[in-house]
Amino acid sequence: MRRFAFIEPPDLAAATEALARGAGKAAILAGGLDLLGEMKDRIIEPAAVVNLKTVRGLDAIRFEPDGSLRIGALATLASVAAHPRLGREYPAVAQAAQSVGSVEIRNVGTVGGNLCQRPRCWYYRSPLHKCLKKGGDVCFTTVGQSRYHAILGGGPSYIVHPSDLAPALIACDARITVVGPDGTKDLPLEQFYVLPSVRLDHETILKPGEIVTEVSLPASASADGGTRSRFLKFREKDSFDFALVSVAVALRLQGNSCSAARVVLGGVAPTPWRSKEAESAIVDRSIGPRSAAKAAAAALADASPMSHNEYKIPLARTLITRALLETADQGTGLAPS
Amino acid sequence: MARLVKRRVNARPRRRAGILARQAGRRPGPVDPHRRVFLRLHVNGADHTIAVAPHRTLLEILREDLGLTGTKHGCELGECGTCTVLLDGIPVLSCLALGLECDDRPVVTVEGLADGPTPHPLQEAFTELGAAQCGYCTPGILCAAKALLEADPDPNRDAIREALSGNLCRCTGYIKIFEAVELAAKRRREPRAAPSRETLFGRRD
Repeated sequence: MRRFAFIEPPDLAAATEALARGAGKAAILAGGLDLLGEMKDRIIEPAAVVNLKTVRGLDAIRFEPDGSLRIGALATLASVAAHPRLGREYPAVAQAAQSVGSVEIRNVGTVGGNLCQRPRCWYYRSPLHKCLKKGGDVCFTTVGQSRYHAILGGGPSYIVHPSDLAPALIACDARITVVGPDGTKDLPLEQFYVLPSVRLDHETILKPGEIVTEVSLPASASADGGTRSRFLKFREKDSFDFALVSVAVALRLQGNSCSAARVVLGGVAPTPWRSKEAESAIVDRSIGPRSAAKAAAAALADASPMSHNEYKIPLARTLITRALLETADQGTGLAPS
Repeated sequence: MARLVKRRVNARPRRRAGILARQAGRRPGPVDPHRRVFLRLHVNGADHTIAVAPHRTLLEILREDLGLTGTKHGCELGECGTCTVLLDGIPVLSCLALGLECDDRPVVTVEGLADGPTPHPLQEAFTELGAAQCGYCTPGILCAAKALLEADPDPNRDAIREALSGNLCRCTGYIKIFEAVELAAKRRREPRAAPSRETLFGRRD
C-alpha cells in the first residue's frame, strides 16, 4: 500500500472540506474493507484518507415516531442484521445485510460502504488491466471472461454492482442523504446509481467531496405499514460470496392479491436493477406459480447475455419466482421432493 | 525474524521523520504520510506504545513491530480470514484494519488465548481432535471460535458453521474443527467431557 496522509475530521463539515481540498485524491474511509483492498491492489492511490469514524452519530439506527426508519451510513452490517425491530419491519434489508460477506466483514463493513462499493470485476481489480472504468479504452469482458458480468443494462462497461443491501433498500423505497460542498441532497436510492452509458468512472452520482450520511425507509414499506419484503441471494460459494444473482421483493397484499410491488435484482446489471416489467406483471393479480413465473419472465425479457453468463437468466428467473411465492406464502415454487 | 520481514517490506530508505506528540483523544491534525505517530496498543493484556505511519495495517504492526507472528498473512483482501483477531472483543480482519484506528482499543491475538502455560480449552480441543493440519488457518479460527463461545456458550452446529464461515481451511474439510469447537463448549459445562467416540475415521478407542 502506498503511503497516505490520515485525516480524522471532528464533524461532517471538516470531512467534506478535507475531501474537497484533496481534489479527487482524497478517499473516504468507513469500514475500509473495499478501500484498503483497492489500495493494496493499487487500483486507487489516494494522497489522503479521511476517516469518517471520528464523526459522531453517523452509525445510528433509529425508528421515528411515524414508523419510518433512518440508518446512519456508518452503521455496521452486523448491527443492521441483528436489529430486532428492523428485522421485523424490513425483513429484506436485514436478510440482505446478513448475507454480506462473513462475520468478520459484517462486524466492520458499513451500510454506506456497502452502497458505494466498487465493482468486483476481475479486470477492474487487476493491476494489469487498464480497463474502460480505469480510463482505458476497452472493457475486457467483451473479449475475455464474462462469467460474473452483466446481462442487463451493460455497455460500454459490463460490470455488475456488487451490493446486496442496495436491491433490498430500493425494494423498500429507500432514500439516501448525501452531504457535500454544495449542501445536502436527499434522493431516492434508485436514482443514486447511474449506468456506465451515463458515467463510466463511478457507479453513483457522487462527486468529490460528497459523503453518504444516511438512508431512510418510509413506514409504508414496513411490515406494520402493510408491506412484506424478502431478499434472496444465490452465490457460488455458500460460506460467503458476492451474489451471482440476488433479488429483493416488496409486496402489498390484500389476501393473495397484490396491490403494489417492487422487484429489484442484484448481480445482473451495472446498477441495482429495478424491474418495472416484473412489477406490472404482478400488480392487481393474485400471486401463484403461474403469475410469479410470468413476472420473472418479464423481468428477463430484455436480457442480453455475454459469452459466459447466460446461466444468469434462468437463475434470476427462478429467484424472482421463489421470492414472489415465498413472500405471498405460496410455497417455494420448487417441485415437492 | 520480525526485523527481517520488516526490512524486506520497507525496502525503500525511510525518511527520518519526527514523531508527532500524541494528544489525548483525537489527533490534532492530519498525519503526514511520512510521519509516524505514537499508537497505544493493548494487545493480549499488555500495553505497547509504538510509532507507526498511517499506511500500516494492524496485521503488519502485530507481526513486524510486536513480533506476534501467530496471526497470519493470507489473501490481504478479506477473502480468507486467517488474519482474524479480536478487536474490542469481536472478530475482525487485521489485514484490513489500519493500525491508527486501533489506538487505545483492546486486541486479542492467538498468543493471548492461553492462560500462562495452560492452553485455552479451544486449543486443548483442537489438539486432542487433530483439528489442525497445516495450521495456517488455525489462529484465525481460534479467535473467531473464542468470540462465538463468549456470545453463545452452547452453539449448535449451524451457529458454529456460520461463525467460522469467514475462515477458509484447505486441509481439514472443517468437520474436525466443528467437533473441536463443540467439545470445547461442552467442557465449559462438564470439564471432564470426553471427545465423541465416533469419528470420521471410525470409532476412537
